[in-house]
Amino acid sequence: MAEHYSSFSRGGTGWLLQRITAAFLIVVLAFHFFQLHFVNHAADVTFAGTQARMENVGYFLTMVLFLITGTFHGVNGVYNALVNQGLEGTQKKVVLAVLSLAGIALIAQGIWVAVAMAGWT
Amino acid sequence: MSQSYNRGLIEDFGRWKEFSAGMWAWIFHKFTGWMLIGYLFTHIAVLSTAIGAAAGDPAAIQQETDVYTTTIQGLESLFIIRVLEVGLLAVAVFHILNGLRLLMVDLGVGLSAQDKSFYASLVLTGIITIASVPTFMDGVTI
Repeated sequence: MAEHYSSFSRGGTGWLLQRITAAFLIVVLAFHFFQLHFVNHAADVTFAGTQARMENVGYFLTMVLFLITGTFHGVNGVYNALVNQGLEGTQKKVVLAVLSLAGIALIAQGIWVAVAMAGWT
Repeated sequence: MSQSYNRGLIEDFGRWKEFSAGMWAWIFHKFTGWMLIGYLFTHIAVLSTAIGAAAGDPAAIQQETDVYTTTIQGLESLFIIRVLEVGLLAVAVFHILNGLRLLMVDLGVGLSAQDKSFYASLVLTGIITIASVPTFMDGVTI
């Protein structure tokens, strides 16, 4: 039997960060789903209700951290999946650059949205 | 010393009939991962209506006629959106459960039962998804 089955190279920073963000995401994603589907129903969401939640600094920071870790985990996962498909050389560098830019843009847009929701614009 | 294991080219989907439980788990994990990152971009795009709502008339926010509230409530009034939300839950739950399974595989824990833990992930995903349907479909009709 082989001892290593992961898509990520063993001992790499990418592997470790993927696991750390995964652990954080499990907890916060579960909270997010319960908060917006079971405690408050998604169909009843209003801007005033969203603002009341986002004005709380702890909730705001949790959501921003949720966005950053979620984006990193997703983009890092996609990058490694593509590398697994056999991406090499220039293609690999271009894909890394495009994914990094998309990730940074998503985080920037998401933080702008979060600030607007909290009423701090 | 690590041993090599020739799994063949799993990326060659034409071989799907030969795939074992672990290979299906790998494919499902990639597939659900792609869905989730796609959803994250869509989610932030929809929530971006908050920027317009915050810059707009405060009276509209009070009356719940701002672009953020009407966009979200409009989407939530659609049956297909509720069905897609149940699908999203199923995708997320499977990705979480199989992710925990992958962590165990990475750590070398319970390797001999990795096929059973894949089946357990599928069954548990099904149970959690079905149990959530009444909440997700509350107040919407076709």
